[in-house]
Amino acid sequence: MSSKAQRQPVAITFLVIGVLAIWMILAAFPFLWTLWGSFKVEGDFFSKANWANALTGKLTVSETGARVTGDGYYGAWVQEKFWLAAWNSAIVCFFVVTISLTLGTLGGYALARSTYRYAFWFLLSALIFRAMPPITLVSGYLPVFFQWNLWGHTATTIIVLVAINQPFTLWMLHSFFKNIPAELDESAMVDGCTRFQAFRNVIIPVMWPGVITTGLFSFLLAYNDFAVTTMLLSKENQTMIPKVASFLGTTQTKGNVMFAVSAVVSVTAPLFLMVLFFQRQIVGGLTAGAVKG
Amino acid sequence: MKHKPFFWFVLPSALAMLLFIFFPIVSVLVQSVHVDHEQVIKTVETCDLFGCKESTTVDQGATAALRAERPLGQFAGLTTYADINHLAINKVGENWQQSNSWREFGSQMLNLPFYKAIGFTLTFTFIVTPLVIIFGFIIAVAVNAAVQKIRGPLIFFSLLPMMITPLVGALILFWMVDARGIIGATLQYLAGDPDLSVKASTPLTWIMLMVYGVWHAAPFAFIVYYAGLQSVNQDTLEAARVDGANRWLQIRHVIIPHLLPLTTFIALMQLMDNFRVFEPIVSFSAEAHATSLSWAIFNDLGGETRQLSSAAATSVLTIIGVAILLSPVLVRTWREFDRK
Repeated sequence: MSSKAQRQPVAITFLVIGVLAIWMILAAFPFLWTLWGSFKVEGDFFSKANWANALTGKLTVSETGARVTGDGYYGAWVQEKFWLAAWNSAIVCFFVVTISLTLGTLGGYALARSTYRYAFWFLLSALIFRAMPPITLVSGYLPVFFQWNLWGHTATTIIVLVAINQPFTLWMLHSFFKNIPAELDESAMVDGCTRFQAFRNVIIPVMWPGVITTGLFSFLLAYNDFAVTTMLLSKENQTMIPKVASFLGTTQTKGNVMFAVSAVVSVTAPLFLMVLFFQRQIVGGLTAGAVKG
Repeated sequence: MKHKPFFWFVLPSALAMLLFIFFPIVSVLVQSVHVDHEQVIKTVETCDLFGCKESTTVDQGATAALRAERPLGQFAGLTTYADINHLAINKVGENWQQSNSWREFGSQMLNLPFYKAIGFTLTFTFIVTPLVIIFGFIIAVAVNAAVQKIRGPLIFFSLLPMMITPLVGALILFWMVDARGIIGATLQYLAGDPDLSVKASTPLTWIMLMVYGVWHAAPFAFIVYYAGLQSVNQDTLEAARVDGANRWLQIRHVIIPHLLPLTTFIALMQLMDNFRVFEPIVSFSAEAHATSLSWAIFNDLGGETRQLSSAAATSVLTIIGVAILLSPVLVRTWREFDRK
């Protein structure tokens, strides 16, 4: 690689640096800007006079006496009970991830090991299900859920998210299990294990890298979902994303925009940490389907 | 794997998908051919000193009983599909006859809610998808040319726009293009128009939504291409170089053919995801200028009166759209499997 880099003409080096610099600004700047702005007052974050006020915090100084203020965060987390939404999100994500992975590992393993034609049909129908926009499914749930009084509960939403998550989870785990040699569990079965024992004692110990990656994506789906959570959860069971959206309705009142801004930063922070710690797994997961199969 | 263990292994996830994906699709189909019951009207005769009068009132009890007995509503056939909020068949015919030019016809069509939604959805899908592929490729080539040491941080920041919640990511951008935000103010300065507002203009709103779409999805194409670039056959590349291929020819004849199968994969995923564009419209509060099919369903379902039948009809039309988009891929996958 280094010999190639040395041969690279100067013009191309500059072009590469230029593209990368522009892309880095596009990718990172909006987040830094919003993070910085969330500690200012509304007059600074949306400055009529001069956009640079958002950096210097002119009005923030005159209104609160300090360069930075946590008012937005206080308003969102305490006054508007964002902590409750955060707690609901944690519950929903935890259960969606655990249940999805339990169902997904069983199904994905079977699909990877079966050589019959119906396994292919199963995967193909999962692909079709994956393409369904969640909101179209929601319009199918609502009449039934109202009828049977299932609407509004966290448990209903968890099961729905697990189901919507299944096609993706199955495809991903299926391709991970394909990479585990079939001889491994077959030899265990020759030694007298049943299929389930082979799965339990031989496959489970070696499947964790794939499961962790798939778990990350299940988490993302549950955490990021708006269509399902906003339609199916009652107000007190709301998760963070619908809560952020509900802040928008009340933007007219002064100060409330900053609640939304700080809520947005609060929602983003865990995702930042997740990408930071699991970058390798995420990249691996995104490319698993494409590059290997 | 034998049939029986296979059955037990896939049963839980098959059940989940059957109950919460397949049945809802059926339920949507059924719901879309029904409409709410009309209110039961009863005629009451009231007599007083001046004689008897007949008046009609809504029989609340009977209406409630009827609704409880048959919650689906009454069968309506395809009327919901044909009405003004969906395919608007009568209105389209009328427009067709009255309008003098294609342009006029087009603009009248975009006043109809369904055609407005599908117009934006399709434009968004078919503009954003190729742009995502192009930008993703450029970024991947650039990152691949960077020094090994800084690639980690480069990938970290590149992933952010994709990992972020769509609703939240769109909001961040929306606040920046606000007339009082940094991008909005810059645009006003560049255009020399202090009243320029992205929110108030239909073309600018469309462009902003698509810019968001590309920003959000380009990292996905980038990551897939970047992984593909790691597996380019170095011998082929070396051979091309020996034969005198310059940098561009190497990309054109070695790298692009190598990445072509990945492009199909990215295009498929992007077509599916872009067709369901929804959250950015909520974040940008753009419904006056741009709506999508998903947004139309969301709008019917929310609010005081939940228009379930209307939402169901739009859902069915959306599912048909998805099926059309997906069909080439399905046919191809099926043929490939057949060959094996």
